[in-house]
Amino acid sequence: MSASTNTDGLPRWATLALLPAINLFAALVVSSLVILAIGQDPVSALAFMVKGAVGSGTGLSYTLYYATSLIFTGLAVAIANHAGLFNIGGEGQAYVGGLGTGLVCLALSGWPWYAVLPVAVLAGALFGAVWGLVPGYLQAYRGSHIVITTIMFNFLASALMVYLLGGPLIEHGQMAPESREFAESTFLPAVKDIAASLGYRTSTLPLNLSLVLALLCAAGVWFLIWHTRWGFQMRTVGANEAAARYAGINARTTIVIAMAISGALAGLVGINELQGVQHRITLNFQAGMGFTGIAVALMGRGHPVGIVLSSLLFGALYQGGAELSFEYNEISPRLVVVIQGVVILFSGALEHMFRPAMARLLKPKTPATAGQRA
Amino acid sequence: MSQTVPLSVPPQPGPWAVELVGIDKRFGPVHANKAVSLRIRAGSIHGLVGENGAGKSTLMSILYGFYQADEGQILVNGAEVRIREPKDAIALGIGMVHQHFMLVEEFTVLENLMLGAEGGALLKDGIKKARAEVERLEKAYRLDVPLDAKVADLNVGIQQRVEILKALYRGAQVLILDEPTAVLSPPEVQDLFRILDALRAQGRTILMITHKLKEIMAITDAVSVLRQGAVVANFQTRDTNEAALAEAMVGRRANPAVRRPGAPAGAPLLTVEDLSVFDERGVERLKRATFRVRAGEIVGVAGVAGNGQSELLEALSGMTPFQRGRVHVNGRDVTPESPMDPAQARRQGIAHVPEDRLRRAVVKPFPAFQNALLGYQDDPAMADGPRLNWKRVAAATARLMEDWDVRPRQPSLRTSLFSGGNQQKLVLGREMERDPNVLLVGQPTRGVDIGAIEFIHRRLLAMRDAGKAILLVSAELEEIMALSDRILVMCDGAITGELAAEDATEGLIGRLMAGITDDIEPNTMERGQRTDAAGGAA
Repeated sequence: MSASTNTDGLPRWATLALLPAINLFAALVVSSLVILAIGQDPVSALAFMVKGAVGSGTGLSYTLYYATSLIFTGLAVAIANHAGLFNIGGEGQAYVGGLGTGLVCLALSGWPWYAVLPVAVLAGALFGAVWGLVPGYLQAYRGSHIVITTIMFNFLASALMVYLLGGPLIEHGQMAPESREFAESTFLPAVKDIAASLGYRTSTLPLNLSLVLALLCAAGVWFLIWHTRWGFQMRTVGANEAAARYAGINARTTIVIAMAISGALAGLVGINELQGVQHRITLNFQAGMGFTGIAVALMGRGHPVGIVLSSLLFGALYQGGAELSFEYNEISPRLVVVIQGVVILFSGALEHMFRPAMARLLKPKTPATAGQRA
Repeated sequence: MSQTVPLSVPPQPGPWAVELVGIDKRFGPVHANKAVSLRIRAGSIHGLVGENGAGKSTLMSILYGFYQADEGQILVNGAEVRIREPKDAIALGIGMVHQHFMLVEEFTVLENLMLGAEGGALLKDGIKKARAEVERLEKAYRLDVPLDAKVADLNVGIQQRVEILKALYRGAQVLILDEPTAVLSPPEVQDLFRILDALRAQGRTILMITHKLKEIMAITDAVSVLRQGAVVANFQTRDTNEAALAEAMVGRRANPAVRRPGAPAGAPLLTVEDLSVFDERGVERLKRATFRVRAGEIVGVAGVAGNGQSELLEALSGMTPFQRGRVHVNGRDVTPESPMDPAQARRQGIAHVPEDRLRRAVVKPFPAFQNALLGYQDDPAMADGPRLNWKRVAAATARLMEDWDVRPRQPSLRTSLFSGGNQQKLVLGREMERDPNVLLVGQPTRGVDIGAIEFIHRRLLAMRDAGKAILLVSAELEEIMALSDRILVMCDGAITGELAAEDATEGLIGRLMAGITDDIEPNTMERGQRTDAAGGAA
C-alpha cells in the first residue's frame, strides 16, 4: 500500500508510532512532576516501575496476566468503535460473562480443563454478548444512546452479581460473597503447571493459558474487521450510515451484532480471571479492566496489534505500580492510578494535542512562505 | 476590527489587489498547485476556470488561509503577507463565499452576520450597532435580506446573499466566490450579477471560480485558466470566447455534446405510477409522479434543485420509502406495503448514482478499492468463502480506473484525496460496470471537468444504445438537452411537463421549471400528465 498521508500532512508512521510514543512520554513527564511534588525522585521511581513490570520472571508474568484481560476488553471496545459505537459497558459485560464461565466451571466439576474450556468460552461469550446486545438493540431500534445504556448495564451487572454471590451462589457456611471453589481439574494451566510439565519449578503465578486465547481473539478480530464481508459492512456503518444504507447494508442489525460480539469479547475476561486465576466467582473480579479497555483501544488506534501493545503497556503500569507502592512507602497505590490516568489523558482525550506541532516539524522546510507583513 | 465599513474602496497603491507568486501545494501524491502565479487587478471581476482537480479551489483556500502553500508568496496591495488562517485573510480584507455555505441554520441572519465579529462581550450593544451597519450595507448594494429570519427558512439564493453580506460586513475588499451559481435558478443568477456589478462599481475586487463559461463571458473582466495544477492562460474576457476557454481548459478542441438520437425505444423497464413522498413534517415533497422509462431511452428530469427530484431518485432506488403509488420494475411491483431496499433494488437490476456523492455514494476515509466494492460487497466473485479477497478487488479497481481514466491511478489512495470529478468517475464506473437494466443517475457531472463530462456523456449514450433505461436528473439544462430522448420537468414536487427532445427549447423548459404550464400545447404532454401545480417561482 502506498504511504498515503492524512489530510493534515502527517505520514502514516508518525500517526501510528511517533504520536503515541510522544503522548506516552508527555504522560511520563507529568507523572514525574507529580512524583517530585510528593518528595520522591521520579527517575528512580519510574525505573523501579519498569524493573518491577518486566525486570523479573515474576513481574513479567503479572504484567502479561493483566494484559490478557485488557486485550479482551480492548478488542471489545475497538470492535464497537469500528461500527461507530462507544461501548463503555465493558465492565458489566466482563462481569456477566464471568458469571457464565463460572457457572460452567461449577457445573462441570469432574471434567478436565481442556473439556471445560470450550464450554466455558461459549458461556462467557454468550453471557457477555447478551449484556452487550440489549443496549445495542436499544440504540439501533429505539435510538437510546449506547453510552447511557451501557453505563446503566454496568450498574445492573453489579447489582445482579451482588445478589447472586451473596445469595444463591454463595459457598455454604462462608460469609464472603463468592462462590465455592471450582474443582481442581477445571483449572486452566498456569505458568507453574506448564513449567512443571517441562521439569521446572516456579512459584504460583497468575499468568495462564488464556493469554493464548486472547491472542487468538486479536487475530480473529483483525480478520473479521478487515477481511470479511461483515467487517466491511460494519466499518461502513461506522463511517457513514447514509452510505451504508445506499449500499444495501442493514445498519440496525449490524449495530446489534457488533454490540453482541463486543460484549462477547469482554465476556471472555472470566476465562482469565476465574478459570485461570481465582478459581471461584468473586465480587468485582474484573476490577476496572472494562474501563481501562477503553484507554487500551484508544491508544491502540482500534487495531488489534496496537491493542496488544497497549495492553502490555497498561499491564506493565499496573504491575510496576503495584511493585512501586510496595517498595516506596511514601508512594501510595493511588499514585499508580494517577499515572494511569495521565497516560489515558494524553493518549485518549489529548490524543491530537501534539499533532499540529509534529506536522510542522515533519514538513520539509520551505523558502519563506511569505515574509513579514509590511 | 472596525465595524464601520467604507462603502467605496480607497485608491490602491498599485494596480494589483492580489498577487500570487509561485504558489506550490501538494497533498501526498497529488500535486494540486504547480508554481501558480496570478495577478488580480483591483476593482475588477476576475474569473478562474479549470477542470476539476485543476487546483482552483485549493488555490483559493490557500489565499483564504485554510491551507498553507508549500512554496510561494502572496501579496496584497503590493505588500507581501502571511496568511496562516482565515482570520488573517479577513484582517487583510479578503472574504470568501463558499460553494457549500458556512451558515448556522438555526441562527437568524443577523446572528450569522455577527458570528465572530460580535463587537464585545455583551451582545445588546453589538446587535444594535451591527443592525445599523448591515442595513447601511444592504442599501448600498441592494442586498435585501430579512435580518431576523432563521437561515434554515430561507431559500438558497437569499442564503448566498447572506454569505456575501457576511464578507462585506467584515470589511472584505477582495471577495472570493466559489461556484456561486451552482445552486441558483436563472433569475437568481441575474440578481447575483447585478450585485457583483454594484460591488465592482464601488471599487471592490471579485475572484470568481466557476466552470460555467457562459457566465465568465457575461460578467468577468479577466479570466485565468488552470489545467492540472498550472496556469495555462490569462485572458482579458473581451479578447476571448467560450470555445477558446474550453480549449485552454482541456488542451484540445472540446466539442459540445451533440445529441445523437437512439433507435426507437423498446418496452418499458421502469414504470412509475402516482408516486408520492412525504417528509417527516408531513409535507408532500413528491406529488403523484407518473412516467415510464423504456429500454434504449434516456429520460431527463429537469428542474432547479430542490423541487422533488432528489426525493424521486431516493424513492426509486429504495433508499427512502414512499407513501403512495406503485413502481414496476423487472416484473416486480413495489408498493408502500411491499417496499424495496437498495440491496433488493440492485438485485432487480437497478443501479443508482446518488446526487450527493460524498455523503451517499462513497465512504470518504476508505481507500478507492474499498469504495469500488460499496453496494456490491456480497459479490461472490470477490470473496473466497468468508474472506474478502482484496487483491482481486484492487485489481478490478485498477481496471476500472484505467477504463474510466480515474486519476491518480492508485486504488489504495484514500477516496477523499481524489478530486470531485475523479470520484464521480469512480462511482459511475462502479455502477455502470454491473451492467444494470435501469440506471438512476443524479447530477452526473456536478463538479466534473469538461474532458470527463464528455467521457461520461459518451458512456451514458453507449449504455442507452445497448438497450438500457436511464433516468437522468440534472440541474444542467444543457446536459439534459444533450442527452435526453424525453424530458420531464419538475417544479415544486410535481411533474409540470413532459416533452420529446425535438420539441424542447430552453425557454419552454424554463417556463415549466417555474411552474408556468398555461401555454403548453396539450399534445406535447402525455395523457394524465397535466398538473394543476401553479407552483411558486423556483
